[in-house]
Amino acid sequence: MVVFEKPHALTDVPLHYCPGCTHGIVHRLVAEVIDELGIEGKTIGIAPVGCSVMAYNYFNCDMIEAAHGRAPAVATGVKRANPENIVFTYQGDGDLASIGMAETVHSAARNENITIIFINNAIYGMTGGQMAPTSLPGQITQTSPYGRDTDHCGFPIKVCEMLSQVDGAQYLERVAVNNVKNVKNAKKAIKKAFQNQVEGKGFSLIEVISTCPTNWGLTPQKALQWVDEKMIPYYPLGVYKDNTAEKEAE
Amino acid sequence: MATTQYLFAGFGGQGILFSGKFIAYKGLTEDKQVSWLPSYGPEMRGGTASCSVIVSDTPVGSPIVSKPDVLVAMNLPSLDKYEDSVKAGGVIFVDSSLIERKVNRTDVTVYYIPATKLASDNQMPTLANMIIVGKILKELGGYNEETVMSALKKVISAKRADMLEINLKAMNIGAEN
Amino acid sequence: MADKVLMKGNEAIAEAAIIAGCRHYFGYPITPQTEIAAYMAKRMPKIGGCFLQAESEIAAINMVYGVASTGLRVMTSSSSPGISLKGEGLSYLAGADLPSLVVNVQRGGPGLGGIQPSQSDYFQATKAGGHGDFRMLVLAPASVQEMADLTIKGFELADKYRMTSMILADGTMGQMMEPVALDYDVKPMPEKPWATTGTKMEREHNIVNSLFLQPDALEKSNLERYERYKYIEENEVMYEEYMMDDAEICVAAFGIASRVAKNAIVEARKQGIKVGMIRPITLWPFPTKVFEKAAEKAHTFISVELSMGQMLEDVKLATKCKGEYILCSRVGGMIPSPEEVLAAIEKANGGAK
Repeated sequence: MVVFEKPHALTDVPLHYCPGCTHGIVHRLVAEVIDELGIEGKTIGIAPVGCSVMAYNYFNCDMIEAAHGRAPAVATGVKRANPENIVFTYQGDGDLASIGMAETVHSAARNENITIIFINNAIYGMTGGQMAPTSLPGQITQTSPYGRDTDHCGFPIKVCEMLSQVDGAQYLERVAVNNVKNVKNAKKAIKKAFQNQVEGKGFSLIEVISTCPTNWGLTPQKALQWVDEKMIPYYPLGVYKDNTAEKEAE
Repeated sequence: MATTQYLFAGFGGQGILFSGKFIAYKGLTEDKQVSWLPSYGPEMRGGTASCSVIVSDTPVGSPIVSKPDVLVAMNLPSLDKYEDSVKAGGVIFVDSSLIERKVNRTDVTVYYIPATKLASDNQMPTLANMIIVGKILKELGGYNEETVMSALKKVISAKRADMLEINLKAMNIGAEN
Repeated sequence: MADKVLMKGNEAIAEAAIIAGCRHYFGYPITPQTEIAAYMAKRMPKIGGCFLQAESEIAAINMVYGVASTGLRVMTSSSSPGISLKGEGLSYLAGADLPSLVVNVQRGGPGLGGIQPSQSDYFQATKAGGHGDFRMLVLAPASVQEMADLTIKGFELADKYRMTSMILADGTMGQMMEPVALDYDVKPMPEKPWATTGTKMEREHNIVNSLFLQPDALEKSNLERYERYKYIEENEVMYEEYMMDDAEICVAAFGIASRVAKNAIVEARKQGIKVGMIRPITLWPFPTKVFEKAAEKAHTFISVELSMGQMLEDVKLATKCKGEYILCSRVGGMIPSPEEVLAAIEKANGGAK
């Protein structure tokens, strides 16, 4: 009896992520959802710049590597070219909420029928631990060595809260993957975000509170705790917008 | 090897670009080589507008008219700015209802026509430009209603065919004054 | 043959793109090229195409990247400051070997500059469209007819070589109207087995990508690309020679500058001056050999440009600095007059006596 299988939508390429990083979990959840919906053959994924830059090697569907922050614009092009394709972007916080903020907001405003998986781990991982747009007040990073001073460099951006004010956005949920219960919820949310697209319901974004033990300077286990103690209080989990129910009623 | 270089100038909103376009289309219907180049910029209405039109028997080189054979001045700033640029022996058409002064040059032919006044007197306040065009055609090449109409049909879209007659009427007025 | 109609250069580009099978246009308003967007906004919905006004030039070029990844013909257009913003995308398109058509209707710079015509993005187009080693096919129309012709050609070349074709026009070319016949046999698009259209579970996944973390792999991809560029330099050069048979003075000019220069050359010929012109139609690949050959007879080269001598450098390189050189240029939105060009020709002629 098979008790554990790799999803078909993942390739055999070994992931390069650090020990304790939750990118691997989220990759797996996305791949499971692609399998369960039977959409691998028509799915196009857009990889970002950041730690998950090489996601194009890990997913078995067709993949495009985008410039930093531009994944939603690239996804817009792909979806407009072939509306029958399922198009998702996989982006980190620097990519989505800093350099690519305009692309994020405007793809939501246009209600592009795409799915965005947004990894928020409050730090720039690939470049070695600099301050992210989502770094917490007081958080120590390489470029905020005395702690993020909000008087000097402003406040973290709460993406789900912000996008909930954008009329075009249809489904926004914040989840975490730091324990089994949260992982299960995250899977449900990600599946809904893809299902929405399959059903033509429009723009869905799932913000996944993630870890970066390496750059947070914590053990993998402590990092999971830090999510509960620091991240979730600042970034409460939950559904921030759901227009898809109304659409069903229509 | 005839080439005529026109410069139309006036306020934005006077139909400067359209009258130039008509002259270009008329050239095209007569198998001439033509070019039309507008001034462009942030002044959509009320600012200065001008356009260069070249009608030639041979391929058009530069589309920029800096020494016109024919200047159409529909306001004073345009006459002030371009009067000296007209080639010796050239022609200037002046809307005398908007420009009170006379042309200073003595080596050019000048036609004064109160186009704006004629337009309002005839309940066609937006067609002073086409009244001048009628005048140009009459003075420079002989006025022929048939060729004028066929060019008008090129430059006015089928959707706005109701504008054909009034434009023709405006040009007739220009040709008669 | 199709009837000739009067069209603005910008509109001729837009209509030609549609004839070439382009059904996706992304752009951001900027003078003096906005007619292209306006035309597309009107036409695309009626022919099942997609016009989308992007939130920025950057977004627009990345939407182009997305459509190009799927193998369809796609374009964007802008003017100088907007092309600078697209520079990032141009580099990524090159790195991922994606075909696209980009139009630059140039205006004066640097900075916000002005809105009047210019050719001062010559370096940017031919040498430095973005970071990294790459080229774009740079096509320089000198009439409204060529605005259309080179758009068709641009799409075909882009697909053939999997690279960006840039139409390098200027404000006058975009704004002027001339008779144009849109009468084309468009070649069918080549197969694009690399496109990301979904695996249909029938093949390995395709990856559109410009990232190579292994330096040897990145070097190899660069070398392969430059092999292709070398082939293009041998096979795709386009130019016009005008009165060059006995020319002792050679004018170099493209686009609007070549139109002005022609007037001056006609006048100079009346004086018996042996002057002609080479008009590059492809700025990259540059007609190097044509200039090299001209240098056998011509003692002086006059580069007529709407820039501070950006093309003159290529003329000097092509002719190995063997001649005398004169720059006849106006910048900032000004255009050299035929009289200024004639004066330069007369100077070149006097200098030889």
